[in-house]
Amino acid sequence: MQPESVSATQIEYDVQTEQMLLSMGPQHPSTHGVLRLALRTDGEVVLAAMPHIGYLHRCAEKIGEKLTVRQFVPYTDRLDYLAAMNMNLGWALTVEKLLGIEVSEKTMHLRVLVCELDRIASHLVGTCALGLDLGSFTPFMWCFREREKILNLFEALCGARMLYNYVVPGGVMAEPPRGWLEQCRQFLDQFQPVIEDLHVVLTTNDVFIRRTAGIGVLSPQTAISYGCTGPVLRATGVCWDLRRHGEPIYTRMYDDYQFHIAAQTDGRYPQHGRQPPVPGSAVLGDSWHRFYVRLLEIGESAAVVRQAIDKYSRLKGAPSGPIPMRTKLPQAAAYLETEAPKGQLGFLIIGDGSAVPWRVRIRSPSFCNLSAVEEMCRGCLLADVPAIVGSLDIVLGEIDR
Amino acid sequence: MPMPANEPALLDMLKEQFAAAIQEADLSATDPWIQVAAEHLPAVAAFVRDHPQWRMEMLNCITGVDYWRDETTTANVDWQPHIELLYHLSSLARRSRLMLKVVLPRWKEGQVGQLPEVPTVSHIWRTAEWHEREVFDLVGVQFVGHPDLRRILCAEDWVGHPLRKDYQPPAEYRGIPIA
Repeated sequence: MQPESVSATQIEYDVQTEQMLLSMGPQHPSTHGVLRLALRTDGEVVLAAMPHIGYLHRCAEKIGEKLTVRQFVPYTDRLDYLAAMNMNLGWALTVEKLLGIEVSEKTMHLRVLVCELDRIASHLVGTCALGLDLGSFTPFMWCFREREKILNLFEALCGARMLYNYVVPGGVMAEPPRGWLEQCRQFLDQFQPVIEDLHVVLTTNDVFIRRTAGIGVLSPQTAISYGCTGPVLRATGVCWDLRRHGEPIYTRMYDDYQFHIAAQTDGRYPQHGRQPPVPGSAVLGDSWHRFYVRLLEIGESAAVVRQAIDKYSRLKGAPSGPIPMRTKLPQAAAYLETEAPKGQLGFLIIGDGSAVPWRVRIRSPSFCNLSAVEEMCRGCLLADVPAIVGSLDIVLGEIDR
Repeated sequence: MPMPANEPALLDMLKEQFAAAIQEADLSATDPWIQVAAEHLPAVAAFVRDHPQWRMEMLNCITGVDYWRDETTTANVDWQPHIELLYHLSSLARRSRLMLKVVLPRWKEGQVGQLPEVPTVSHIWRTAEWHEREVFDLVGVQFVGHPDLRRILCAEDWVGHPLRKDYQPPAEYRGIPIA
């Protein structure tokens, strides 16, 4: 080779790099649980990403065939253990759909209250863990401090901090203790400034924007084809939230509530102007938008909790309790999806006339959201993989079931 | 979600297009469903995804159900043994839902151990890629034409399909006793 005849660009093109198979996980800190990503890399560029799951498989669907619908509630806690109230609710509503039960209005308001508090707790983890993956430690501490207060509230409510077994088919397990609603209100009052703080340290943080804007872009068509739901779908600009667009047994819980669906439509997010603006480098469907949607939803959920406290305390009587332990199921099937913090959580119950279901199926939102990671990581830089996986906010307990 | 308007007309349209492939249907049920012959599933699936009056652009879930029965069954049931595949679809544009149902034998040609076959729909909805792997893994259905049909939740060398009703767990896995 004649060195003097080779231009600078040709030198770059001529250098051959070796492809490498890099295993990220199963215990990598930024994979959010026991997830293994097999990455085929060329230098810093990821050519292909293949997730390997199943490390946390505990045969949840099989267990569902051995227990009554009441006994299965604690197992739903262990799906998305960061949002167990919403898991309980999805199961309870599916059983109620199968049995044709309707709970009282007071019970519905209490369920909305706990599930939206739980959504805040889940999104706090989702947003701050993404920040942590990208090297931002402070918001992680702030979010966990606030989440801790929510867990304290839940502990006072049902005795458990994470795995509640609280929302059950037929109603809820216990009435809130005296003064609990006031404590919820106090929490919300001091929580509002924290959302503003998070916007300062993450949303408008230049380093954070550079790490997430334009990274892992998902088009609405691809998202829908992969069955992506929840904040992942809404971040692509699709205004779709089962709290408004789901089945009546679920949407009627939210009929009286005012809240915005956090999705950019016609180039604008709801309450445009009252939130930090979208940076110019962000592309709809990228990691930044997924983060932003969650942060907006925290604010919306806080507003819903406030309304729920008022509505609940205005009604007389007590919330309804669970159905009998050995309630027989009809020879019929019921499938229902609800809007869990991670996306659309579906349960299918097929009854055979006995108290134990013939078949239980769990449609996991994180499972579908994660399947799109192959598409999103193709061609990205190695350092961007945590920014993409982190922005999906997956929970492996629910993926592996 | 509101049901698709003018249900009988929609069903007639499908029957006209696919004739005998549509085996049974109830579009006025709480969860509206259509039973499709296995070999015609991809054609019907592509049709309901693309037709402007259906627009089932999202596949939410695939479920495999083993309707098994022999003299040891405790459940008081009267079905003939078979496998059912349930495809839960939804349309964001029309705010409607639909379930496609496919009935398969428990074993291909009645030969125990030969998995029943159904064509894949992974080229129609990408969701199906992982969901079909899971049904293959846990229920034991062969999805013909799937690009990468491997186990997904169980270990690669696992034997059997745990959500089959007559599944017997092994005594041990690689020297680890299974209680």
